[in-house]
Amino acid sequence: MKRLRSASELEELRKSLLAGRDPSQPMIAVCSTTGCSASGAKTVVAALQRELVSQGLENKIGLKATGCHGFCERGPIVVMYPQKIFYQQVKEEDVPEIVSRTVVNGEVVDHLLYKDPTTGETIAFEEEIPFYKKQMRILYANNGKIDPTSIEDYIYLGGYSALSKVLFTMTPDQVVETIKRSRLRGRGGAGFLTGRKWEVARQAPGEVKYVICNADEGDPGAFMDRSLLEANPHSVLEGIIIGAYAVGANEGYIYVRNEYPLAVKHVGIAIEQAQAYGLLGEDILGSGFDFHFRISRGGGAFVCGEETALLASVEGLCGEPRPRPPFPAVKGLWGRPTVLNNVKTWANVPHIINRGADWYASIGTEKSKGTMVFSLVGKINNTGLVEVPMGIKLRELIYDIGGGIPGGKKFKAVQTGGPSGGCIPDSLLDLPVDYEALTKAGSIMGSGGMIVMDENTCMVDVARYFLNFTREESCGKCTPCREGIERMHQILTAICEGRGQEGDIEWLEELGHVAQDAAFCQLGKTAPNPVLTTIRYFRDEYEAHIKDKKCPAGVCRALIRYFVVEDKCTGCGLCRRNCPENAISGKKKQPHVIDAEKCIRCGLCFDLCKFDAIGVE
Amino acid sequence: MELEKVDEIVERNDAAPSMLIAMLQEIQSEYNYLPKDALKRVAGKLGVPLSRVYSVANFYKAFSLVPRGRHLVQTCLGTACHVRGAYKVLEQLQRTLDVKPGGTTDDQGFSLEVVNCLGACALGPVVVIDGEYHGKMTVSKVESVLKDYKTREVSE
Repeated sequence: MKRLRSASELEELRKSLLAGRDPSQPMIAVCSTTGCSASGAKTVVAALQRELVSQGLENKIGLKATGCHGFCERGPIVVMYPQKIFYQQVKEEDVPEIVSRTVVNGEVVDHLLYKDPTTGETIAFEEEIPFYKKQMRILYANNGKIDPTSIEDYIYLGGYSALSKVLFTMTPDQVVETIKRSRLRGRGGAGFLTGRKWEVARQAPGEVKYVICNADEGDPGAFMDRSLLEANPHSVLEGIIIGAYAVGANEGYIYVRNEYPLAVKHVGIAIEQAQAYGLLGEDILGSGFDFHFRISRGGGAFVCGEETALLASVEGLCGEPRPRPPFPAVKGLWGRPTVLNNVKTWANVPHIINRGADWYASIGTEKSKGTMVFSLVGKINNTGLVEVPMGIKLRELIYDIGGGIPGGKKFKAVQTGGPSGGCIPDSLLDLPVDYEALTKAGSIMGSGGMIVMDENTCMVDVARYFLNFTREESCGKCTPCREGIERMHQILTAICEGRGQEGDIEWLEELGHVAQDAAFCQLGKTAPNPVLTTIRYFRDEYEAHIKDKKCPAGVCRALIRYFVVEDKCTGCGLCRRNCPENAISGKKKQPHVIDAEKCIRCGLCFDLCKFDAIGVE
Repeated sequence: MELEKVDEIVERNDAAPSMLIAMLQEIQSEYNYLPKDALKRVAGKLGVPLSRVYSVANFYKAFSLVPRGRHLVQTCLGTACHVRGAYKVLEQLQRTLDVKPGGTTDDQGFSLEVVNCLGACALGPVVVIDGEYHGKMTVSKVESVLKDYKTREVSE
C-alpha cells in the first residue's frame, strides 16, 4: 500500500481501481456478517470455493464475503452479479446448482428466490422485494457491495472523497456550519443536534480535544450499529475523521461492545488500512492534519452507553455516570472537550459533506431529518434491519416492510427505544416515526430497536422484563434508580405471580414519576417508561392480573395452566416421557392428563406436542 | 501460579492505569477467568490499590472471578428472544445442567451465562455455545444440543 500524500493521489488511486475492475464480470457476493454466519454463511462460502475450483472457474468468477443486506430472516443471502439475482436461505447443498446453472448457464434457480407470501410470486431482484421497496438506503446502501476488510472496495465507490473535500476546500467552521444546516440529530437516542454539539466543542477553550464513537449498543433487540461496523467500517471512520477536523481533535476512540467480536475485528482492520494509506495518523493526505484513533472494548455494562459513564470506562474506571452539566462537549474525557456521537450519526457525515446539507434536510419531517435505521424484531415475519426516511408510519414499517405478524396472530404493540422506551398500541399505528411524535406517545426514538409483540405477549411481563434488565444494569449510584426500580420490579413480579393488590398500579405510577424526576442519569430517568406506557395503553391487562388473577396472554406462569385437549390427543406418550416432573400420565393411544399439582408450567409438553393437543389458559 | 503472562500483558499496555479494562480482558482470555493473584499482580504493577482493580473486575459483566467450565453456554435474553420464549429455554438448560446462570457444573464441563442480546434476533431464541450459534431454540432441543458437546468431548 502506498501512502497517499494529496487529494489528487487519492483520486488517482480511485481512477486506477475503476480502470482495473470490470463491473460486468460475474461475481458472487455472500453476506458474511453475524446474522448470516449464524445461519450457515461460512459453510456456503467454503462450498462455493470448492465448487468453483472443481469446475475450474476460480480465476474467472469473483467470490466476495460482504456485509449485511438487512434481511436477516432470509439468511444466508447470496447475490449474483452482474445480474444482481438475489438468492436467500442458501444452503451448502444448493451450491453446485448455483454454480452450474447460474454461473455457467446464466439461468435463475427458482427455488432459491424470495417468494412473496401474499401473491406467491417469486422475485429475483432485491429492490423488487416488498421488504426493500419502501426503504431508503443511504447508510446501508453499500453494505452488500463491499468487502468490509477491503479499503479499496470503499475507495472504489467514492470513499474518503468527503474527507478529502473537507481537508482541502473547507475550514473547520464551514464543516460545523454544514452539519448544523443539515439538522442532523444524534442517532443514539436523545436526538440532540449534532452540529450544535460540534460547535460547543469547537468553541470550548483548550488545545487537546477528543472525539468518540459510541458503539456500546446495549439495547436488547438492537443491532444496527453492529451491522454497520461489520459491513462498512470505513464509512464510520471517515465521518469520525471529518468530525475530528471540525472540532479540532487529534485523538479519538471507538467504544465497542465486547460481545461484537466481528465488529471489533473489522474496525481494527479498517484503522490499520486507513493508516497505511495515510488517511489516518500524521499529516492526513498531506494536509497537515493529524488524527490518531484507537479501539476501546467495553466490558458488558449497559450503563456505559450513557455518555459520562462511557467516558469513565474509556479512562479505565467503573462506568458510573456523573452529573451534567458540564457536558462532555465542554469537559469530557480526562476533563477535555469531547464530542461523543453514535455510530450512525458519524456515518451520516460523509454523505452530508458529499451531497450537501440541503439535500439531507430535504429528507424526513420538519424536525427529524434524514433516514433512521431500525432493527425490526420479535413477532414479525421479516426480521431484519431497515433504513427508512424519518416520518414513515409505524404501520408501513410493520406491515409493508415487516410483512406483518407471523401465524395470523393479532398485532398488540411495538416497543421502541429499548429499556428506555415504551410500548405503542395498535391505535397509534399511523403515528409518523420521528423524535417528537414518539416522545409524545410516551416512548422514545432511541437508537433504533423496534420489537413487535402479538396477542401472545403479556404486557405486564414485558414491563417486568425491562425492569429486571434496568435493575440489573443500574450502577447503583443514585437511590431513585437503585431502590426505586428494584421496588417497582418487586411489585411487577408480585402482579405476575398472582399476588397483585389493589393500588399496585398507582404505586408503580408514583415510583415511576419519582425516578423520572430524580434519577441521576438517563438510565434511571427513562427506566420507568416501559411500565408507564404499558399502564397507559394496557391498563386492562394489569387489572386482569390483579383483580381476576388471570394472564390474558397466557404467559405468566402462576396464572396459567396447561391441559390436554382430549379429542386431539393421540396418546403417543411423547409429553409423558419428557415431562421433567412426571406430571403427565395416561395409557398408550389413550388421551393423557396433566396433574396440575405437579405441573411446573415449563411448557415442554406444549412445545413437543405434534398434534396441538396441549392447551393453555 | 505462573504470572509471567500477566506481566507481559501489563507491559504490552504500557502499564497505563487507563488500560486496566483492556488488560483484564486479555488476562481473562489467557486464564479463562480473573485469578486473584493476577489481580494483585496488576494492582502492584500499575501502582493502584487492589480495591480499584477489584471494583472494575466486579463491575463489568464480561469478567468472571471464578474459573469457568470447558464449555461456555450463553443464553440470549434480549427482548426479541424473550418474547419468543427464551426464558423457557433457559429454565430447561438450568434443569438439564443442574446449574444456575453464572454457575459452572461440578465436573467443570459447562458454565451457564445469560447475555443481553447478541444481535441475531432473526434466529431467536438463540443459545451460543463456545461461539457456535444455535438458533430457533426450543425447550425440546436443549438436551440434544448439549449432548452433542458432551459426545464431542468424549471422542476428543
